[in-house]
Amino acid sequence: MGVMIFLACAIVASIPLSWGARRVMAAVLPRNMARVARDMPLTAAFGIMVIAVYLFVALFAPLLAPFPERAVVGSQFQPWDSTHWLGTDRLGRDMLSRLIYGARNTVGIAFATTALAFLVGSVLGIWAALRGGWLDQVLSRFVDALMAIPALIFSLLLLTIFGTSVLTLILVIAAVDATRVFRIARSVAQGVVVMDYIEAARLRGEGTAYLIGREILPNALAPLVAEFGLRFCFVFLTISSLSFLGLGIQPPTADWGSMVRDNATLITFGDVTPLLPAGAIALLTVAVNFVVDWQLYRASGLKEQAG
Amino acid sequence: MTGEVLLQIKDLHVEGRAGDAWLPILRGIDLTLHRGEVLGVIGESGAGKSTLGLAAMGFARDGCRISGGDIRFDGIDLRQTPERGKRALRGRRIAYVAQSAAASFNPAHKLIDQYSEVPLLTGMARRTAQAEAVALYRKMQLPNPEEIGFRYPHQVSGGQLQRAMTAMAMACHPDLIIFDEPTTALDVTTQIEVLAAIRDIVRDYDTAAIYITHDLAVVAQMADRIKILLRGQEVEEADTRTMLAAPKADYTKSLWAVRSFARPERPAPKEAPLLSVQGVTAGYGKIDILKDVSFDIPAGRTVAVVGESGSGKSTVARVITGLLPPRGGQVLLDGVPLPQDYRARPRALLRQCQMIYQMADTALNPKLRLRDLIGRPAQMYLGLSGRALDARVRDLLALIELEPDSYIDRLPSELSGGQKQRIGIARALAAEPRLIICDEVTSALDQIVQEGILRLLDKLQRELGLAYMFITHDLATVRAIADDVVVMQHGKVVEAGPKAEIFAPPHAPYTELLLSSVPEMNPDWLTGVLQRRQ
Repeated sequence: MGVMIFLACAIVASIPLSWGARRVMAAVLPRNMARVARDMPLTAAFGIMVIAVYLFVALFAPLLAPFPERAVVGSQFQPWDSTHWLGTDRLGRDMLSRLIYGARNTVGIAFATTALAFLVGSVLGIWAALRGGWLDQVLSRFVDALMAIPALIFSLLLLTIFGTSVLTLILVIAAVDATRVFRIARSVAQGVVVMDYIEAARLRGEGTAYLIGREILPNALAPLVAEFGLRFCFVFLTISSLSFLGLGIQPPTADWGSMVRDNATLITFGDVTPLLPAGAIALLTVAVNFVVDWQLYRASGLKEQAG
Repeated sequence: MTGEVLLQIKDLHVEGRAGDAWLPILRGIDLTLHRGEVLGVIGESGAGKSTLGLAAMGFARDGCRISGGDIRFDGIDLRQTPERGKRALRGRRIAYVAQSAAASFNPAHKLIDQYSEVPLLTGMARRTAQAEAVALYRKMQLPNPEEIGFRYPHQVSGGQLQRAMTAMAMACHPDLIIFDEPTTALDVTTQIEVLAAIRDIVRDYDTAAIYITHDLAVVAQMADRIKILLRGQEVEEADTRTMLAAPKADYTKSLWAVRSFARPERPAPKEAPLLSVQGVTAGYGKIDILKDVSFDIPAGRTVAVVGESGSGKSTVARVITGLLPPRGGQVLLDGVPLPQDYRARPRALLRQCQMIYQMADTALNPKLRLRDLIGRPAQMYLGLSGRALDARVRDLLALIELEPDSYIDRLPSELSGGQKQRIGIARALAAEPRLIICDEVTSALDQIVQEGILRLLDKLQRELGLAYMFITHDLATVRAIADDVVVMQHGKVVEAGPKAEIFAPPHAPYTELLLSSVPEMNPDWLTGVLQRRQ
């Protein structure tokens, strides 16, 4: 019951907050962007606000966190009090501090992974659509082969082979996710490459990089952006699952996914603390998708005007 | 026509949503249609013709609303009739034939099944419906009327599809049919058949019709009365013959005068041709689309390549630009053979020959601003950058008669159709080419806009000494702008020579057919042509 009331209050409170955030953005941003900001829906303002807060927390984690990330500063499972605002975890580390550092690790890694997956997947996908022929066949069949292996098992295999540093984690998840992005980018780009303006650019003698970057990508962006929002959230889940299996972000580095698992025993005692990292993931997911939806709406709205 | 009044529209207002505001599309239109009468509605795109046609069915498109006025169909107030009641009328008493039959048929069902849908709803037996369909197909002069209904839409030609659609609209013997540009997407030779079929069936069934088009010559054949729209308002309405003989409003007179543009004859040049197509055979897969095609394009002149769709005229352009390497023959530029594949051509060669496309919408990247769209060729071929590039783009915009300051940072979506086509021209000019291939550049445009584009192309040719290869199926355009004409059919050159020779008898049989199919403003033209052909 208490949780429900809390959630209701949070939603009600977020409305004026989002409204304020929109006003601030409209006032602070340069003129043409301010116009966009003024017209955006409250959900988008809310999303941008939440993402901004997460970024701020991630960037300034050492300044904001009251305790170090890895130090044992109290006894196990201390309740919430004035020193440890959110109590301590099962090793006696400060929960709030780990939550703050977790933003840096989880969001940072998820973002880097998704960005890399999109860079590789969309460039290769568009390239395949643009060139067609054997290149398209080779790349597409290779991607099909990779997708035939269950993603989690494939990641586990690769991580076991290459070890479990943060870098390999990013590279492996990015590689697995890039296959999905490849397929979307390729199918979207196939619709774009038949346009006359691509033919005109080819006849002009443009190189592949220009064709992909300037002619095709801007026109394939809307579905890719939508996919980015989804993928970003999936990557969170993947990292959490891998952490659960011991191959994700390695302890003692704070990570929201493993924090839920580590402290899961508390839930049986009616304590909501272990759910806070999960809530942090959920909130960011919602925020990202609000912004993505708004971008999609804008993209489709412009299309209507053109037609 | 003194039958009873079938459709009465009074002071009709329709608005369309633009962001938060409602902008007027139709502003106070009155319309009266008697039983069995055909009313032609003419206007440029954006004049509100289609909106009026749909409003006559009590319908407004998504994002539009009927905001005022009165629509009475056979005594029924369509504005007060609930959606159910209107649905009961549509398809049975009011039917609609859309511009693109290809887009309006469901590709997954056979023609006759789509025909039968409404008759079956009215309780007719499937067998009866199909028998009636065959009778109608025969009446519409479709080939193999017994069998054609059992084909899928992609298995019949565009003109046949348009007739099948008209047959479908006729299925329940409606009192009123609305034709929205039913022949605009067709070749002249096909158009004449569809026009004849539509006219006969409307007469035989004594159906009232609203015929929407932008082609005056077409409407002259079809309509008893003509109504002219401009920006959502009526300019004038009169009996067809009166309107053609003595238009009153200035706007109508300007419409009538559009086809008057014609460039003076020029003497044939003596020097060697700029581009020479020699014995080209080309095609896709195993099928040859071009068979031994040869013609020359002299420097500074306009060569029109004419033919119906499927005649291979666009394929010639693809061979010249190097998109489709030919199986035999060659293309010479200044007497030197061009590499067959565009990828093998150096930039200096690519620059010589530029292309303008039919659909400016798909020929301009919607995400690039005009600055980049026009600037890119100048940047690539001429190495311009920074201030020099900016100045060049502004020059080009001025050359195509667009105000540089207000247009340079626009996106293509912020332009009208004619303006987009001008940008296509500017992009071609930016490369400073010697030959521009114009692929049906005016066929997607209104007549007034068309004339503007043709005048611009003519002016540019005189100033810059460009050669044009003008691919078109519109003979009026050919008359206006061409120096030389190449007539193509089934991938072969039927006839080629200076315009005066081609347009003067004696003609090759196909040229004769093509020339006689171009609608004329004379309301008796269609009847005359059909009689002569029999």
